Amino acid sequence: MAAPKKGRSASAQSKPGRSLALILIAIVALTGGMFASGNTTPRLGIDLAGGTSITLRAVAEPGQESAINKTNMDTAVDIMNNRVNGLGVTEAEVQTQGNKNIIVNIPKGTNSKEARQQVGTTAKLYFRPVLTTEVSGAAATSPSPSVSGSPSGKATGKATEKATGKSTPSSSATPSATATSQGRAVTGALKADATPSATASSSAKTSASPSASSTSSGNAAAAKLQAQYTALDCVNKKQRATAGQGAKPTDPTIACGQNSSGQWQKYILGPAEVDGTDVKNAQARFNTQTAAGWTVTMEFTGKGSKKFGDITGRLAKNQPPQNQFAIVLDGNVVSDPSVNQALTGGNAEITGSFSQQEAQSLANMLSYGALPLTFKEDSVTTVTAALGGEQLHAGLIAGAIGLALVVIYLLIFYRGLSVIAIPSLLVSAILTYVLMALLGQAIGFALNLPAVCGAIVAIGITADSFIVFFERIRDEIREGRSLRPAVERAWPRARRTILVSDFVSFLAAAVLFIVTVGKVQGFAFTLGLTTVLDVVVVFLFTKPLMTILARKKFFANGHKWSGLDPKALGAKPPLRRTRRPSAPVDPKEA
Amino acid sequence: MSKLGNLGARLHRGEVGYDFVGNRKIWYGISILITITAVLGLAVRGLNMGIEFQGGAVFTTPKHMTASVAKAEGYAQDASGHDAVVQKLGDGSLRIQIAGIDTDKSDAIKDKLAKDLNVNSENINADLVGPSWGDQIANKAWQGLAIFMVLVVVYLAIAFEWRMAVAALVALIHDITITTGIYALVGFEVTPGTVIGLLTILGYSLYDTVVVFDSLKEQTKDITKQTRWTFSDVANRSINSTLMRSINTTVVALLPVAGLLFIGGGFLGAGMLNDISLSLFVGLAAGAYSSIFIATPLVADLKEREPQMKALKKRVLAKRAQAAAEGGPLEAETAHERYDDEPEDAAHAVVGPRNQPASRNRGRGRPSGKRR
Repeated sequence: MAAPKKGRSASAQSKPGRSLALILIAIVALTGGMFASGNTTPRLGIDLAGGTSITLRAVAEPGQESAINKTNMDTAVDIMNNRVNGLGVTEAEVQTQGNKNIIVNIPKGTNSKEARQQVGTTAKLYFRPVLTTEVSGAAATSPSPSVSGSPSGKATGKATEKATGKSTPSSSATPSATATSQGRAVTGALKADATPSATASSSAKTSASPSASSTSSGNAAAAKLQAQYTALDCVNKKQRATAGQGAKPTDPTIACGQNSSGQWQKYILGPAEVDGTDVKNAQARFNTQTAAGWTVTMEFTGKGSKKFGDITGRLAKNQPPQNQFAIVLDGNVVSDPSVNQALTGGNAEITGSFSQQEAQSLANMLSYGALPLTFKEDSVTTVTAALGGEQLHAGLIAGAIGLALVVIYLLIFYRGLSVIAIPSLLVSAILTYVLMALLGQAIGFALNLPAVCGAIVAIGITADSFIVFFERIRDEIREGRSLRPAVERAWPRARRTILVSDFVSFLAAAVLFIVTVGKVQGFAFTLGLTTVLDVVVVFLFTKPLMTILARKKFFANGHKWSGLDPKALGAKPPLRRTRRPSAPVDPKEA
Repeated sequence: MSKLGNLGARLHRGEVGYDFVGNRKIWYGISILITITAVLGLAVRGLNMGIEFQGGAVFTTPKHMTASVAKAEGYAQDASGHDAVVQKLGDGSLRIQIAGIDTDKSDAIKDKLAKDLNVNSENINADLVGPSWGDQIANKAWQGLAIFMVLVVVYLAIAFEWRMAVAALVALIHDITITTGIYALVGFEVTPGTVIGLLTILGYSLYDTVVVFDSLKEQTKDITKQTRWTFSDVANRSINSTLMRSINTTVVALLPVAGLLFIGGGFLGAGMLNDISLSLFVGLAAGAYSSIFIATPLVADLKEREPQMKALKKRVLAKRAQAAAEGGPLEAETAHERYDDEPEDAAHAVVGPRNQPASRNRGRGRPSGKRR
């Protein structure tokens, strides 16, 4: 590999064989790589393979336009990826496009309606009190993480909690009321698990109005919820995904979560009391002071710290498991720390036997909840497999027709030079195909209809490079040079033209690729790729091959069929008249 | 060799040639007329924006539907409560467009339609577009266009010179105006595919122009060191000498696009392929035209204003006048004002070599009917 590389710069002039060897090695290597990786065909886009493609646009809340940034978009993509693939959809892909769009591609044969619902909703993070929980399926509980205040939180913790709780009853009224009724219902249906102190302490403060609605409808709903809870099997992927679907934040719900030993646990959760937007910041941190290992610290907003103080204050007095709160992301419990004391300092730390990765991902999720992005469906395209196949077919036929027409034209017009032009086109085509197949895996490139169009249009650009080169050679021959010097003189000038014009073409492709969205991008990508390949092919294949063939008698002597016949080209004007009668051979025979 | 090969030879030697620069006013006039028509068309008729730009849904049924268009229209209106446009495509499938519906309701409409038309709803293709999607595509396209123009002008100004950059930009705007104008006048539907096609023209139109400019730059390198030709003469010669390439390139570019158009229009009936290739076809033709008839003459115009070039022109004209006064066989100054597109006139070439007898004979010796 080293030798041909070294020779590359000189090869154009002196060692055509090396360039040819280089490009052949490249082709063989790439093709080998393609077969080795098992991707022998390019990945097809939704419009060719069938399926559903959803384009979502991020909408920032007023005054928070800067929220649409790369980090937030990437986060949103992660969440959506989890959601869609959580449905058991195979190979659904979620990616950002441009700076405010997310594309979700769902292949055919999956439930696109459900997927649409899933990705369309915004990521929501809630803190809900745990009413009851048990391991779903297999038994054995493991220690759950616990929350403690940061030093400052601890100091002020209890005093403030009590003060707030009593002086402003309304703040905690609604949630506790519901919690109470729920608690009772649950207990009734289950065992005497715990109606415990929570009921007593909080219902005392409860004002009349909030409880009215919740208690009347509460019992029936609670019984239903209990039934759902009993039926829920969190080990089942589908049940897990649909558990608690559509529950309003103000209603109690059921949910699943995975505990630290990897078992699925099911929960009945009270209404949400703190939501993700109340979390200002969350970070994974290695706690060196208390030897607690990896922990997650949360910082709440002003409003959030008050709410969090309330919930923790109440929960701290409860018996397990009702002293836990669940952090629920999109209906899944991502963590269920227990509370030891009220935390009102605006800071909290979740400890547990986290690994660094777990802490990091929990911190991420806590931050996700604060994501001020909602998404709007901008376009939804559903293509049946039948139409997709048809479009692919049509695109391929169009490409074949286009290529055939160009080949015929080259044969008529350049005769023997087609020996160079047609293999060059072929090399270009092979490289394009192989790279597309490889890029499908490497960067997620998917061949869609506009990309096919781009490739077809590129036939013209590729062929044009040969035309520029050949016309230059012919010009030199017309000036009376013999072929070999003509080729060497023509090349530097043709090279310049090819580079300049390909650069413009590439520039167009690059700008389109960066700026535009959706299908335009696929088109721009192919155009850019083929333009680059065009330069590679002309430099490493067309030119060296021309140099080699220029030594052959057939071309050097300007055989009638070589396309370089000096007489036919008019290099020696006086002879042209005598040649002419025999000249207009029907080109189609060529 | 074929006819074109000979033509190439004669173009190369300048035996045949069309005085593109000399007749530029005619072509400017034609272009201005077309552009005005295009702008008027845009202003009066406006573009027929596809459903993608208004928001709504396009449903495509499987092939070989028995339901009539009118019937399907009725069904679609029932299902959606909006007006629907139904087309029957070449393969017997129905294309149902309903403007103004919400993406949320589309599933229900699709199911209802499927029931009415008696097909499986899984087999209906749906394309649902929110009202802002098309605008977004269009806005991005304009943004891309603007960025591209700035970059290309900067690049051309560095690689060539600012006059060429300006001329290329004018030619580019010219192409885009004409293409959109044709869309407005004929009433073709504008879809994202059209936008893609239009954006491709950017690259292509300039690609063509750049090749002509490259040759022009090369030929005018030492122009001030001679007194035979003015800048316009040389510019004209570059156009003519790259004419073969321009023709070849345009043909080679149009052939695959024609293939696309044929397949897209004839085989699929409607859709992305058709939209892209249609705007490409129109744009490529306009691009080839403008790089020859507009861009280079414009460069010549701009160049001739340079004091250096003015001085050169003076010298050249003086020399020609002197030669004419001496009764020399130089025909350049008269030929300058005429053009030759007939082979018989080959001898009166603009900037041809001076071996007149030979070329005159050659010209006579070949009646044009002989080949083909």
